[in-house]
Amino acid sequence: MIYPELFLDFLMVGALSFGGGFGMISLIRDAVLSHGWLTEAELMSFIAVAESTPGPIAVNMATFVGASQAGALGAFLATLGVVLPAFLIILLIASVLKNLMKYRLTNAFLSGVRPCVVGMILATALTMGLSTLLSYSGGRGPIVPDGRAIGLFAVLWAVRSGWIKWKNSAPPLILMILLSALLGMLLWSA
Amino acid sequence: MKKKQAPPGGDGKKNMLWGLFGSFLKIGALTFGGGYAMIALLEEEFVGKKKWMDREEFLDMVAIAESTPGPIAINAATYIGYSNAGVWGALVATAAVCIPSFLVIYCISLYFDRFLTIPWVARAFSGIRVCVVYLIASAGLKMLRGMKKTGRNLTLMIGVMVTMLVFSLTAVRFSTAYYILICGTVGIVGETLRNMRGGRAA
Repeated sequence: MIYPELFLDFLMVGALSFGGGFGMISLIRDAVLSHGWLTEAELMSFIAVAESTPGPIAVNMATFVGASQAGALGAFLATLGVVLPAFLIILLIASVLKNLMKYRLTNAFLSGVRPCVVGMILATALTMGLSTLLSYSGGRGPIVPDGRAIGLFAVLWAVRSGWIKWKNSAPPLILMILLSALLGMLLWSA
Repeated sequence: MKKKQAPPGGDGKKNMLWGLFGSFLKIGALTFGGGYAMIALLEEEFVGKKKWMDREEFLDMVAIAESTPGPIAINAATYIGYSNAGVWGALVATAAVCIPSFLVIYCISLYFDRFLTIPWVARAFSGIRVCVVYLIASAGLKMLRGMKKTGRNLTLMIGVMVTMLVFSLTAVRFSTAYYILICGTVGIVGETLRNMRGGRAA
């Protein structure tokens, strides 16, 4: 049954994603790839859409995955799943557990989760990098470096370094997405 | 305004609910790029314009939103909704912040597959997928810079990174959820051991 699967998988994403934004990408990737809901390329295309449309990224991803697998009801259940844990936990904290954040154990748990999320995000970036730049996704199949993708990645990284020197902050996300869309149209046209 | 007044009944309460609905609908429709962009907008709306909370209370709320699971926008909407109008307020604010996303993405999902078959769009997305690798890598590096570089943190981080990479390349099935639960447990065990040692020394 697709409906309970969508709801429960996104419930788990909602309950275990810490650190906002990119923190939950690894969890969502795991959920959609293990069920075969999306391919890696579809997932990555949609991450870019979720980043460039308004609203929380997790809600955008849940709505899209739900809708693509099971229409409006699927979209609703996946979104409900991803939202529900945050909603219930905050209600508990705001009403009865006002001091939850001051408990030693909560902080101890979070102190272990923080480095974990950093490791997860970096591993996800590496896995996606290997599959996008080198067409390598594990044992089967040879490594085929994609010159255009590697070149574009180098350009993006150079823009980032330059921007950081110039403005002392990373370049705006939407600018980088537009730049790579433009360069994508040029580079992949031949 | 340190202590919240009880949520007003009747018309006052209805107005408050509509106010929450409108504010969060606007925030859901206007924030791009996720949680942290939204925090600035929330502060402007609720601390600056509406004066429903003071700055200190707002910072407490942000700290709670950052250390609880789930999207930061949802945490914030639930918290602000509840503290101004109880459970109904929480429900209205949370629903309102999701509605724009839901509608926009649902419409996109109807046409996305066909959209990707247009040749120039497909080429653009070949580039955009490279950008996603860049975005995730740079988000990871930014969080790495912000992380306290203690021996335990580095061990956990590198351990998770290497295990995940190896498992994903060798197609070993190991749910990402376990990494979070294991590392959280390591945090709790470490704290308990420290307390026991501290207790003996004292």
